[in-house]
Amino acid sequence: MADKMINLTLKVWRQKSKNAEGSFSTYSVNKVSTDASFLEMIDQLNQELIQKGDDPIAFDHDCREGICGSCGFMINGSAHGPLKSTTVCQLHMRNFSDGEVLTVEPWRSSAFPLIKDLMVDRTAFDRIVKSGGYISVNAGNAPDGNAVLVPKPDADEAFANAACIGCGACVASCKNGSAALFTSAKLVHLSSLPQGKVEGDKRALNMVAQMDQEGFGACSTTGSCSAACPKDISLVSIAKLNRAFLKASLNKKPEVKGGEAG
Amino acid sequence: MSKLDGKIPTGPIESKWQDHRFNMKLVNPANKRKHTVIVVGTGLAGASAAASMGELGYKVKAFCVHESPRRAHSVAAQGGINAAKNYQNDGDSTYRLFYDTIKGGDFRAREANVYRLAETSVKIIDQCVAQGVPFARDYGGLLANRSFGGAQVSRTFYARGQTGQQLLLGAYQSMMRQVDLGNVELRTRREMLDLVVVDGKARGIIVRNLLTGEIESHEADAVVLATGGYSTVFYLSTNAMACAVTAAWKAHKRGAYFANPCYTQIHPTCVPVHGENQSKLTLMSESLRNDGRVWVSKTKNDRRKPEEIPESERDYFLERVYPSFGNLAPRDVASRQAKYRCDEGHSAIPDGEAVYLDFADTIKRQGEAKIAEKYGNLFQMYDKITGENPYKTPMKIYPAPHYTMGGLWVDYNLMSTIPGLFVAGEANFSDHGANRLGASALMQGLADGYFVIPYTIGDYIANTKIQPIQPTHDSFKAATETVQIEIQKLMNVKGGRTVESFHKQLGRIMWNNCGMARNEKGLTEALQQIPKLREEFWNNVRVPGEANYLNPELEKAGRVADFLELGELMCRDALDRKESCGGHFREEYQVDGEAKRDDEKYCYVAAWEWMGKDKSQSLHKEDLTFENIKLATRSYK
Repeated sequence: MADKMINLTLKVWRQKSKNAEGSFSTYSVNKVSTDASFLEMIDQLNQELIQKGDDPIAFDHDCREGICGSCGFMINGSAHGPLKSTTVCQLHMRNFSDGEVLTVEPWRSSAFPLIKDLMVDRTAFDRIVKSGGYISVNAGNAPDGNAVLVPKPDADEAFANAACIGCGACVASCKNGSAALFTSAKLVHLSSLPQGKVEGDKRALNMVAQMDQEGFGACSTTGSCSAACPKDISLVSIAKLNRAFLKASLNKKPEVKGGEAG
Repeated sequence: MSKLDGKIPTGPIESKWQDHRFNMKLVNPANKRKHTVIVVGTGLAGASAAASMGELGYKVKAFCVHESPRRAHSVAAQGGINAAKNYQNDGDSTYRLFYDTIKGGDFRAREANVYRLAETSVKIIDQCVAQGVPFARDYGGLLANRSFGGAQVSRTFYARGQTGQQLLLGAYQSMMRQVDLGNVELRTRREMLDLVVVDGKARGIIVRNLLTGEIESHEADAVVLATGGYSTVFYLSTNAMACAVTAAWKAHKRGAYFANPCYTQIHPTCVPVHGENQSKLTLMSESLRNDGRVWVSKTKNDRRKPEEIPESERDYFLERVYPSFGNLAPRDVASRQAKYRCDEGHSAIPDGEAVYLDFADTIKRQGEAKIAEKYGNLFQMYDKITGENPYKTPMKIYPAPHYTMGGLWVDYNLMSTIPGLFVAGEANFSDHGANRLGASALMQGLADGYFVIPYTIGDYIANTKIQPIQPTHDSFKAATETVQIEIQKLMNVKGGRTVESFHKQLGRIMWNNCGMARNEKGLTEALQQIPKLREEFWNNVRVPGEANYLNPELEKAGRVADFLELGELMCRDALDRKESCGGHFREEYQVDGEAKRDDEKYCYVAAWEWMGKDKSQSLHKEDLTFENIKLATRSYK
């Protein structure tokens, strides 16, 4: 853990609110420890700004362990910065060199309205989950955990997709602003497990419909989402989403209304 | 001082919960929708409680400070969740999990609660599997287990190093389903800033909309707090940045007793502190101690690289001191031993404190691929933080604040001293005594939320005459005013020091005087320093920006203001408890470096009542009786 100090220049997007005009402001940040994380570097700058009577830079963050999915912004045009499979909270300053100029800007997508500076509103993701990203089971209903065997490869595939942290890097990196990777990760997580198959068709139809309604763009399978994903969700998941959607559309049966048993 | 009644049901321990469930009153399905329950916090305990009560038909209003419930700090729990399934046929049982937890908590937890927790644990796993939580599985498709500290059986279920995330997503998705069905109303980016008590009952909350600064009133028939622990009082901890005591503290100030505030857990395996601008510490899961061996050099101030230190010159101190539990000694015990080695001069790093956690033997035995499969994400995280490859060189680790066993006092029904205010998960004090065993926090959060609160809330509602209330009621107006005055006060100081600098200073006082080891002198000093710091805070803090818009500095200021009060209570509680137990280690009370309990005098829960600003809290006691497990000196040797 060699503790080295570097100096940086940051060009940061500053915008007071959704409808206010924004612009880049330039800041020098000096004596940044290479052991610090990118967010700790911004903390350092913010402390200086507060002392000077300026407005600190707003950004979302919480766990700082790369798992809560709160943080995320573009660094020199890359979502979460230059390191693969890494969120900005886990991106450490040893990956940058002394004197570097870094451009920092928020996720840009019409489905993620800007809140302030580097903060955007990603609640569209919650509404996609709400539309069908679950298995319908009330507490108390469950059979024994080992009653249904799950082949290890299926459990592993479910896990790999469930690892999504909902940070939004996929949307921000996509030229179309598509949420296909996020949606497909949830769909594949649930539908690759036996207990999730029952609602598979409904889930595919509803989640895709919600995704469209939120204003996310269409997927043209260029793969920039998967390349930017800090959890390495595979592009194969989108293929599976497309297949599930097509299958569900063909299978669609009219819903029986008022058919609940006595 | 009064004696508190935990309302523990009578009868044998094995049937207390079952009998109690039968004896509780029910609310009929048609009436449930007439009752509103507020749930504050949407981590494991809050999301599971909101989902379950929504499923039952109550009208639920759920609140969280995050942008999305999925970001609650339960998400960061790594290692696993315990359950007495005995799938491994290695001798586990409900009674053994109960026994291990009571012993792990150093005989300072309530037997009846812990038994219920152990009993419920098996249902949690079933529920989570049904929701689609992708637990690790064997090749035959069955659920896999690993071992955790303080247990000699393998009962921990896991999803790689991301168990908390997966369990939270399960609870979050179940709750979102209820949102979709209209049973749960979800309000995110809201921070609870006061509890509204009407005629002695909890009837609502005051929240600040973090995006607009608007102060909102919300009324209900009962309130559930599931707002987590208070480790961030130490500034540097493994907790997330938004973790705070604020909601619990506001309830405390409205009459809820705060129990055992000095019981804090210092987790042995965290990435060591690196510098002044560090904002938080990162945990390396306890599960790593399944395969990693903890050691230091036998030579003091040894500056050789770990690979250059020959086997014969290494002190595998956990294996040496605790031959029967070895590297899987419980957290409090393992942390203390690491501290002793560093205090003696055996630290692995100059100008700092660390011990080695070494995987070389296991990698030799099982190969890198096997280790990567079990701990890949943790190794990767370590590499990112430190720039060192733990497959090649041992990890350096050191204890850090991680969990708080103390919290709001609750009875067996998880109801606080304010009728209608229930507390779930880490926010309550109930199940872990003076030390929590690994993989038991997730178990408790979900037990409370899925399987306890939904029953006990029904009993409260069925037994209580609850008058209709409007958010325009005087009590709501008064509470709103209290909140607004405090916000204005913070904004108006316009001093010269940042919120962060106060938080850091408080954290240092707490870590040095009320951390891994405490003594009368240090605690007495802290009790002088904290009020001074608090006074300076209210005279010299600088909160930039405006109150009526997004203002993260204002949020932090409010939280630090509460920590400045809580810190004092923690020190008082620690000073008052003249014994060592679990995570509370008073240097004056020890035998050969192990905690020395005083069951004659301190076999009780210390619950503190708020007596008003600038007055000391007064102490109430709940005596702990052990009818099933004999009080004994805890030994892992």
